[in-house]
Amino acid sequence: MMGRAQRIWIGGSAIVASIGVFLIPFAFIVLTALKDRRESALREFSLPTTGFHLWDNLVEVIQTRDYMLLTAFINSTILTVAGVALLVVFGAMVGFVVQRRPSVWTPFVNFFVLAGLIIPPAVVPTIWVLQGLGLFKTLHGMVLIEVAYGLAFTVLLFKAFVATIPRELDEAAIMDGAGPLRVFFQIILPLLRPVVITVIVVQSVAIFNDFTNPLYYLPGKHNVTVQLTLYNFQSQFSTSYNLLFTNILLITIPPLIMFLFFNRQIVAGMTAGAVKG
Amino acid sequence: MAVATATADTTAAARQRPRRTPSPYPTWFYLPAAVIYAVLFLYPTVASLFFSLTRWTLFDATFIGLENFAQFFREPFLIQGLVNTLIYGSVTSGLKVVLGLLLAILLTAPIIGRGYLRAVVFFPVLVSTVGVGITFTVMMHPTQGMINEALALIGIKGPGWLTDPRFALLSVALVDVWKGVGLATVIYIAGIASIPRDYYEASTIDGANGVQNFWNITLPLVRPATVTVVILSLIGGLRSFDLIWAMTRGGPGFTSDVIASVIYKQYQAGFYGLSTAGNVVLFVLVGIIIVPLAWWLNRGEVEQ
Repeated sequence: MMGRAQRIWIGGSAIVASIGVFLIPFAFIVLTALKDRRESALREFSLPTTGFHLWDNLVEVIQTRDYMLLTAFINSTILTVAGVALLVVFGAMVGFVVQRRPSVWTPFVNFFVLAGLIIPPAVVPTIWVLQGLGLFKTLHGMVLIEVAYGLAFTVLLFKAFVATIPRELDEAAIMDGAGPLRVFFQIILPLLRPVVITVIVVQSVAIFNDFTNPLYYLPGKHNVTVQLTLYNFQSQFSTSYNLLFTNILLITIPPLIMFLFFNRQIVAGMTAGAVKG
Repeated sequence: MAVATATADTTAAARQRPRRTPSPYPTWFYLPAAVIYAVLFLYPTVASLFFSLTRWTLFDATFIGLENFAQFFREPFLIQGLVNTLIYGSVTSGLKVVLGLLLAILLTAPIIGRGYLRAVVFFPVLVSTVGVGITFTVMMHPTQGMINEALALIGIKGPGWLTDPRFALLSVALVDVWKGVGLATVIYIAGIASIPRDYYEASTIDGANGVQNFWNITLPLVRPATVTVVILSLIGGLRSFDLIWAMTRGGPGFTSDVIASVIYKQYQAGFYGLSTAGNVVLFVLVGIIIVPLAWWLNRGEVEQ
C-alpha cells in the first residue's frame, strides 16, 4: 500500500511528465493558431508577440478555396450522422438475431465479423464496384462504405450486449402478439440504449476522423471532408502554419466535445469484449 | 444455465412449429447489413484476388498471371515497403504493450491527479491522425523544431527525425505510439481492475513485494488484455497509412514506405493491377500473422 507522501510524489511527477509529453503538443497547436503568418513560420513554442490573430486566421481559413472548410464540415456531418444511424439500426438487428437464434447462419456471421475486423479493404476493386453502382465520388456511396467497414465492430458490441437482456422480455411481448419488428424496435432497441450510445460515440469519432477512405472513395473538390481539407491545405499552406494549425484546432473541437461528454462510453466501447473477467 | 435451457427449448419448438409461423427472430434482419457488407466489402475482397493477376485499367483487365506479385518482390522499394510494414507493426505493437501496461499500473495506483492523467493519456486516441501527423512534423523539424530545440537546451544534438532515412520510419512509429498508447492503457486498466484484490493482499501477507506481485499476479492475469492489445495494435500497425502519409509520404526516398502507402502510390500512378496485388499481399501478410497469433494466444488462455 502506498503512503500519503508516495501518492503525492508519484502522482506529481506523473503530472509533470504528462504536461511535457501530452499537453505541450496541444498547446503548440493552440499557440501557432494564435500567431500571424510570419511568426508561425518560426515554429516556436511561444506566445504570440504581435497580438492575437486567431480571429483573422479563422476567417481566412474558412474563406480559403470558396469556403471549402464549410462544405467539408457539412459533408462530414452528413457522412457521420447517416453512417452512424445506419450502423446502429443494421448492426443491432444482426446482433439481436444472431444472439437470440442460433442457426446455420450463426457461424457465417461470426466468421464475417472476424474477417471484417482483420482484412484490409481491397481499395481499387471497391472503387470499381462503386463505379459500377454509380456511387463513386458520391456521399451516399461513402456513407455505405463507412457502414460496410464499421459493421464488424458494431455487431460485436451489440451481440455481447443483447446476451445480457433477459429473453423473457421478448417472449412476453411475443405472447402479447407483437411481431418481430415491434419486438425489436419497441422492446429491444430501447433496452440497448447504453450500447447504442457507445456505438454512436465510438463510430462517429471514427467516421469523422476517417482520412484514408474519403481519400480513395470521395475525391473531388465538392466532396471534401474535414480530414481532407487538412491534407489539401498541407501543400497550399506549407508556409502558413498559422492557418494550417487553425484548421487542426477547428477539426479537433468535435472529438473534444464528444470526449468531454461521453468519456465513459467511449472507454467502455473501446474496451468492450477486450477483457473477460 | 437458464439461458442454455431456454435456447434448447426454443430451437426444439422452432422445429415442431409449422413453417408458416414466422420466427420472432427473422433471418431477414441480417439482410440490410449483409447486402452492404457483401457488396462493398466481401465482393471487392474476392474480386481483388482476380484483379491482382491482371493489368487493369478499371475498364478492361488483361490476365498476366503472377507478374504483379513477381514485380512486388523484385522491385527493391516494394520489398522495403514490406519490411517496413513488419518493422512498423512490431515496433508500435511492442511499445504499446509495454508502455500501456506500465501506464495502466500507474493509473490504477492511488495517486493524485489520476482522473486527469487518464483523460490526458487517452485523449490523443480521439484526435485526427492527420492533424497529429502535421503537428509532429512541424515539431520534429531538424533545426527549428521544438523537439530538437528542447534537446539542444540540455546539450543533445537531436537527429533529423523525419529527414534522416535511418530514423524516419521509427519517428513516425513513435508518434503512432504517442497517439495510440491511450487505447492500450484503458484496455489494461480494465484488465487490472478485473483482478481480485485478495490475491495481492494474500501475497503481500506472504511477504511479496511490488515487483514480485507484478510478475506473479498482474502479468499472468492481465493476459486477456495483452492479447487484445497485441492483436488490435498489430492489425492497426500493419495496415497503417494515414499517419505515415501525413508525415513523410513514404520518404525520404522510399525509406518509410509501407505496403499501404505503396498501394496508394500505385493507385495514383494508375497501376491498378499492381496496387491490387499490393492489397492482396497486405491481406495475406495480416492474415498469416494475426490468425496464428490469435489462435496461439487464445489457446494458452484456455489451458490456464
